[in-house]
Amino acid sequence: MEKIISRYTTKNMARSGLIAVLSFLSFSAIGQVSYERILDAESEPENWLTYNGGYMSQRYSLLEQVTPDNVANLKLQWTLQNQVFGAWQSNPIIVDGIMYVTERPNSVIALDAITGRVFWKYRHVPAENSLVCCGANNRGVAVLGDKVFMGTLDARLVALDRVNGSPLWDVEVGDVNQAYSVTMAPLVVKDKVIVGVGGGEFGIRGYVVAYDAETGEQAWKTYTIPGPGEPNHDSWEGDDWQHGGAPVWITGSFDAELNLSYWGVGNPGPDWNAGQRPGDNLYSDSVIALDADSGELKWYFQFTPNDAYDYDSVQVPVLADIVWRGTPSKVMMWANRNGYFYVLDRVTGKFLQGKPYVTVNWSSGLDENGRPIPTPQPEGMPTYPGNQGGTNWYPPSYSPRTGLFYFSAWQDYATIYRAEESEYTPGRAFLGGGFSVLAPAPGAPTIGIGRTNPINNWTNEVGYASLKAMDPQTGEAVWSYDQFDVSDSGMLTTASDLLFTGGREGYFHAIDARTGELLWNINLGGQIVMAPVTYMVDGVQYVSVISGHALSTFALPN
Amino acid sequence: MKNLIRKVPHLLPVALLALTLIGSQPALAQEAGDHQYTSEAIETGSRLYAQQCALCHGPQGDVVDGVNLRIGQFPTVQSDDDLRQVVTQGAAEGRMPAFSLRAEELDGVIAFIRAGFDPDGVAVKIGDPVRGKALFDGEGQCADCHRVRGVGPRTAPDLSNIGSIRTPAALQRNMLDPAAALFPINRPVRIVTRNEETIVGRRLNEDTYTVQIVDSNERLRSLKKSDLVTYEISNEPSKQPTTLSSDEVADVIGYLLTLRGL
Repeated sequence: MEKIISRYTTKNMARSGLIAVLSFLSFSAIGQVSYERILDAESEPENWLTYNGGYMSQRYSLLEQVTPDNVANLKLQWTLQNQVFGAWQSNPIIVDGIMYVTERPNSVIALDAITGRVFWKYRHVPAENSLVCCGANNRGVAVLGDKVFMGTLDARLVALDRVNGSPLWDVEVGDVNQAYSVTMAPLVVKDKVIVGVGGGEFGIRGYVVAYDAETGEQAWKTYTIPGPGEPNHDSWEGDDWQHGGAPVWITGSFDAELNLSYWGVGNPGPDWNAGQRPGDNLYSDSVIALDADSGELKWYFQFTPNDAYDYDSVQVPVLADIVWRGTPSKVMMWANRNGYFYVLDRVTGKFLQGKPYVTVNWSSGLDENGRPIPTPQPEGMPTYPGNQGGTNWYPPSYSPRTGLFYFSAWQDYATIYRAEESEYTPGRAFLGGGFSVLAPAPGAPTIGIGRTNPINNWTNEVGYASLKAMDPQTGEAVWSYDQFDVSDSGMLTTASDLLFTGGREGYFHAIDARTGELLWNINLGGQIVMAPVTYMVDGVQYVSVISGHALSTFALPN
Repeated sequence: MKNLIRKVPHLLPVALLALTLIGSQPALAQEAGDHQYTSEAIETGSRLYAQQCALCHGPQGDVVDGVNLRIGQFPTVQSDDDLRQVVTQGAAEGRMPAFSLRAEELDGVIAFIRAGFDPDGVAVKIGDPVRGKALFDGEGQCADCHRVRGVGPRTAPDLSNIGSIRTPAALQRNMLDPAAALFPINRPVRIVTRNEETIVGRRLNEDTYTVQIVDSNERLRSLKKSDLVTYEISNEPSKQPTTLSSDEVADVIGYLLTLRGL
């Protein structure tokens, strides 16, 4: 026994030496998550370095070990159980075999991506008076160098040491007393960490703000509502601009060649009483293009002027370089919450095309500049799409191989709005009325934000999910895949033409990205409200998805 | 698979019918004095609820698991003071945040919850429960399909607690105009499997790939849609509008309101 122990010890000591060398190596490896690596993320598909897998936000991976032929052999490798209830919308980041994922309200967990065993966990306890409209959500971290960055419910930005989870700096992004919050995963560009603020239901004035990644010092801040003297300030009346909402709560995209970062901007406030804030209310419900170094606004495109329906344009700006009707073009594709699918020129912001992808009755179409022709419904009558939109923040995917754009749409879902005068009080809800989801019978159950009931007693008559594969050239769906309940799931595509997605029912699906044919699915039991991700360690491709309160990771056997 | 499934008809016409029905009701004014809060308070609460509560709790108050505000189902709350405490101090480890409301807003939202989410109110005549039970079991033919406290068939929904989950107005509507009042999940289904078995029943749950039903033999069945040749959801409710007189309907409602679970 003694001998064995001593042998073990010797071996252990030898291993310690090895570990010392390895730690040195891995330390330098950790130092290497450089901006250049993120910029060139495509060349290392074994990692998932940013929220959307790369600056173009295509959520398309070049990994092709899992194929349409073998996807049905996927086996569960490990599960990470969330210790906190509530919708788990976090997107994991994977760097060299280590996964970083957040847990409600503001914890960061670093774990081994092969076994799911945890290295460290950092807990930030948000201020008690943190206020968010729709749950204590956090959608994940960003990484740069040896740091991990997380925005918090009490509107702070925290930088952690990637090796041990120790906080390195912690700065205020917004005033928690005025209901500012950060729920999005930050975007790292060059040496800066960029975030936007939530609070569109509480009369904030939205902005995007960049910090020096090393020090946390603010580098620039650009309001999403122009102040006096700035262009488009006159799209507001009186002091409406001071509490007009326009939050930014979903991670943006970046085009290094143009040096532009792109951000989807949320609803104007108060949400449902457009008459109370006359004007177009710029830059609410718009995409804005900001210079990545200075934050200067280069262009904007507004999807829904003077919005009365809470049609946040917080969708992910999906960038692609395609041949657009014969001309090689830098485009941006956008399935908007307002029910239209757009293609824009991302150099200039010029409108190229827009068509409805679900029933739309708040507008009868778009003019040649992409501005909607409003057709507000009479009081008490249903508006299509309903309050949660034709789609929402769920990340889409674009596959350069198929040339198709994939996203979750809500079909046949409508809302009856009620507008009401609303007085702004700092830190209180500023909604301007209310709404009810159109129900097929009086008092019948309907759908809300997320799903907590294992029994679907509202049925598809209240609305249902339709995964749409859009051809940007035509603006039409090439195929669609319906689910009985609605879906808030994002998308992942791969170079083997697989599409992975989920839904509120808890099924995890692998679908043929070309045909829409279901290839494999498994009931994971809880709502899937984020996109799956894929990565590779030691030559094995993994696919991870969060369902309910569990993060499950799959791979092929052996 | 999708081709085999008959699409449920588009919901708009049904919904418009439902709206028409809602629109016709305020004519029946709520009698004052049957609740301890004023109509103004309920109205205030209705507005506040839509603004601050409905995002999480849903328009019907039933979106949060284990809580149904409209019918007064709570994990811990019993008295109105309990309710006040939860609203003002938060609960469930922060999942229910604390709200800072003015006194009249707080009273209002409690009034609205206690009024069963019925801001306008509907004066429904409520008759004699004893006569109502006799009608339920006899002439009204309710007991032919509905089960109460362990007696009767299980093919239609069990009504043992119907008095605590439906308002008098909803019960009346269900008897007088079942086509408009029936929830979609309760519509009769007719299924033919690949094995040529015909199954008639009522859905309990459904998703993209499966459906769970209780069949006409009271068996719980879970079926894969890919195994089905026919899957029809009837547009017609399983029952006709009642032929009982309005006094008799009032009696049946009186009886149903006594059914409040165990």
